[in-house]
Amino acid sequence: MTKSSSRGFQSALLFLVIGLVAGTLIGVILHTLTTGKFEVAYLMDLPSWMLGLLVGIAAFFYGLIGYTGLVRGLVWQVVGTLAGALLVSGIRFLLGLPPFDLNTFGFTEPAWVTGAITGTLAFLAGVGALTDWYMSALGHPLSDEHEHQHGWQRYFGVSLDHKVIGIQYTVTSLLMLSIGGSFALIFRTELSQSGLQVLSLQLYNSLMSLHGMVMIVSLLLGIAGVINYLVPMMIGAKDMAFPRLNAFSYWIAIPAAVLLLSSLALGGFDTGWTGYPPLSVRAPLGMSMFFVGVWVAGWSSILGALNLIVTMLRLRADGMIAFKMPIFVWAATATSIISLTATQMIGLAFQLVLFQRLLGMPFFDVAKGGNPILFQHLFWFYSHPVVYVFVLPGLGVISELLPVFVRKPLFGYKWVAMSSLGIALVGFLVWAHHMFSSGMNEYLRVPFMYSTLLVAVPTGVKFFSWVATLWQGKLTRELPTPMLFVLGGIVVFLLGGLTGPPNATVSTDLHLTDTYFIVGHFHDTMFGGYVFPFFAALYYWFPKATGKRLNEKLGKLHFWLMTPSFLVMTLFMMRVGLLGMRRRIADYDPALSFDPWHLAMTISAFLIAISICIFFYNVYISSKKGESATGNIWKSRSPEWQVPSPMPVHNFDQEIKIVGEPYDYGLAGSVYVQIKSEE
Amino acid sequence: MRGNRHFVIIAVLIGVMTVISYAGLNWVGLMPVNASAQAGPIDWLFDLEIKLIAFFFSVVMVPLVYSLIVFRQKEGDETDAVHIEGHTGLEITWTVIPLVIVIALGVIGADNLRQVRAVDPQAIEIKVVGFQWGWRFEYPDGFVSNELYLPANQQVLLKMESQDVLHSFWVPEFRVKQDLVPGLVTEYRITPIKEGAYKVRCAELCGTSHAYMESPVIVVGQEKYAAWVSEKAAAAKAEALASAGKPDAKRGEKLYLESGCKACHSLDGAKGVGPTWKALYNSSVKLADGSSVSSDDAYITESIKMPGAKTVEGYPANAMPSFSYLTDGQVADLVEFIKTLK
Repeated sequence: MTKSSSRGFQSALLFLVIGLVAGTLIGVILHTLTTGKFEVAYLMDLPSWMLGLLVGIAAFFYGLIGYTGLVRGLVWQVVGTLAGALLVSGIRFLLGLPPFDLNTFGFTEPAWVTGAITGTLAFLAGVGALTDWYMSALGHPLSDEHEHQHGWQRYFGVSLDHKVIGIQYTVTSLLMLSIGGSFALIFRTELSQSGLQVLSLQLYNSLMSLHGMVMIVSLLLGIAGVINYLVPMMIGAKDMAFPRLNAFSYWIAIPAAVLLLSSLALGGFDTGWTGYPPLSVRAPLGMSMFFVGVWVAGWSSILGALNLIVTMLRLRADGMIAFKMPIFVWAATATSIISLTATQMIGLAFQLVLFQRLLGMPFFDVAKGGNPILFQHLFWFYSHPVVYVFVLPGLGVISELLPVFVRKPLFGYKWVAMSSLGIALVGFLVWAHHMFSSGMNEYLRVPFMYSTLLVAVPTGVKFFSWVATLWQGKLTRELPTPMLFVLGGIVVFLLGGLTGPPNATVSTDLHLTDTYFIVGHFHDTMFGGYVFPFFAALYYWFPKATGKRLNEKLGKLHFWLMTPSFLVMTLFMMRVGLLGMRRRIADYDPALSFDPWHLAMTISAFLIAISICIFFYNVYISSKKGESATGNIWKSRSPEWQVPSPMPVHNFDQEIKIVGEPYDYGLAGSVYVQIKSEE
Repeated sequence: MRGNRHFVIIAVLIGVMTVISYAGLNWVGLMPVNASAQAGPIDWLFDLEIKLIAFFFSVVMVPLVYSLIVFRQKEGDETDAVHIEGHTGLEITWTVIPLVIVIALGVIGADNLRQVRAVDPQAIEIKVVGFQWGWRFEYPDGFVSNELYLPANQQVLLKMESQDVLHSFWVPEFRVKQDLVPGLVTEYRITPIKEGAYKVRCAELCGTSHAYMESPVIVVGQEKYAAWVSEKAAAAKAEALASAGKPDAKRGEKLYLESGCKACHSLDGAKGVGPTWKALYNSSVKLADGSSVSSDDAYITESIKMPGAKTVEGYPANAMPSFSYLTDGQVADLVEFIKTLK
């Protein structure tokens, strides 16, 4: 970094502090307005702090890059929100309805929801994600922006380069991961002892609910980041098929994240991330912000998935037939098929509740011909498959990295590739196993038990193929950090997978559902299937993006701190769940004597947080003075490692050609990638 | 052959690790006390699944760790490992065997569910009402209780309704869980087999005080149960006689706490889901349509029995469920209680 950029960073920190204070004060003023009186305790309000955090982050970026790109987008979002809300208030006034409502922070709920949508559009216009389409509609020639942008500033504005977008996604994902993780730390602190010590019941419910969805959005952005960065390189393409749509998919996720987090400042909500009606019909204003936020984030997933599928179909290098693609591309494709076709269902489900809230359409009200259980079907039709959206790319990373580190071909490549599609397909048929106790027709439970158990078969193929790959593999003497995370991922996902069948067989699930057993099982699948492989990918491809290697000592410290803590946390979760600990409760009966277990879980959660901080420090210190790594440091056969790091702007200066098998480690003279000019 | 030696070693290790991990989990003890006939088959199936978990965990972990240790790159060796691309026979094997196991597990699971759902036509029927945030149990003998008394060794059929949002009936010691859905009647069959005091805990997130939605469940011998029922029925009858034409604020307060009014209506002036009851009686109430009404006995009675008739300004319409199941005497008790809230 240059001197001027480090001065920019200092002023950005100053702005961060000013923003934090100003935002918090705005929150306190809003609170005073709504209650009609001021109390000093308002200064300690978490929702006000949330507003402070949002304003602070925006101010930080202002200090960093000035009024351009992201900052302009955020300012336009605020202006757009106010404009939309005022428009609705004006219409209400003309209709003779009360235009404002102090109970819902000034504007009425319809005004807030309209504002949320106009604000999102304004953000996209402000940041510049729509500019090229607008210009081309007017007949202006478009420039290829790849060529003009250099330096770190390009990460804060619209870029069409898939590598920049991949990193934008990944960094945003890590930011959301930190926010969602902090929510968990706050309510885990509350849970460390029975009784209420730190939080109110409402705040506990809001934080617990937001933890779920913020993490889900973080995971969606994380896989989008890894896929965006890697797939074009792995198939020998210059970029994604639709670079402008790619930029749009990323940038629409930012206002979605802002909306999600704003729900905490606008009254919160108490339904969990599932938003089941009728509770979600009665919840405070924050519920609507949450619904709109998820609805908008869905666009990012759907359009990103469409782009990936077209890229995979159309832009592969010469000779790269389907069964010669790096295995990660198969996983990315399977994931994208789910995202492209299932995401609509959660958007629709939330939209229907929103219509019930705003317009009184009783989709889920039995007394008026609706049905609350219908919501659960719509919701889980997306929300179960989405688990495989997170997990498949993670398992793809494991399959991709294992052969490199054990110097042996991936065992049963075609089977592993097909198992990804198999999991994606079966994943569509299992949703109602979340509803065994919901009151849906009893006889529906048995077919869904069978379909759910079936998921174990393709998942088993993956595990057995990994073990067979490891068998007789020559793992390097010094265990590199990415390989540690791959192994950690396998073990943790194995625990998550094996604790699945008891939730599939109906009678046992009637005991397990809605308990901490599910919480533990679910965190095992998410960490094993996503978080561990995600970190493996970050340690593995960081040199590709920066030309520098992440510090190995810090990486190992990260791993050895996170893994045991995590195992303790989830195993204890399952333990108390079996004994009677319900999900989503702010307090538990001291008579159950769960206190020591919960204390241990809270300590473990904080240790995981410390390990993540070590990772962030590693990224910071290694990008400054990390060991240079511009070559093929892992001795991989994959296309992206055949060119120097960091990757050139258009990936491959000369086109590449595929002439062999991707994972022929141990076969002398076998070639996978050939540079065309060397023919 | 050297290769065979490796397979013999890991086969032995898998066996040992399966036994040790299963025995370990058994020693720790996974399930709470088994207090219902339905818990028997559920615990049996769960135990079978724990055995399978112990086995498959070992099947993956043993060769994984073994490979890391035994096949690890030797000092100074820079060559790649042996070139094995795959083995179709093996892939088919580890596709088909798990497939057979999960289908078998499905058959066993379906049969297990049949055992758990076994119907006794002689079952005692009790109505359970869930509300934010409490439980009410209405017995066929004409009384309402806040504790669920159940006779041991007798199947009970709970007919469950919700007044507001989703709830879920769960007594961990009984195992089975069933949601309560507003507008539907869901069924829950249980045969308690162990006398003792348990708690029903709401397992479906139902808003602010979800964590505290717990009520005592007491399983007693059949004679004791019969005695309890007749005592309660007699007390209810006496109460009904006493309250005929003579409203009582004390009983009203009890209804306020036990029928779910408390969840939405405060007594101290705080704004809840519904308007506060503080200083409500004989005040002027502004309605959503702009008109005003005096909150006299007739208005309050109507608001309890037909909550949709009038909507107070600033509150959502049709948010409150009907309490028309309350007797006229009970409504009068509530009005009497509201009168005392100055």
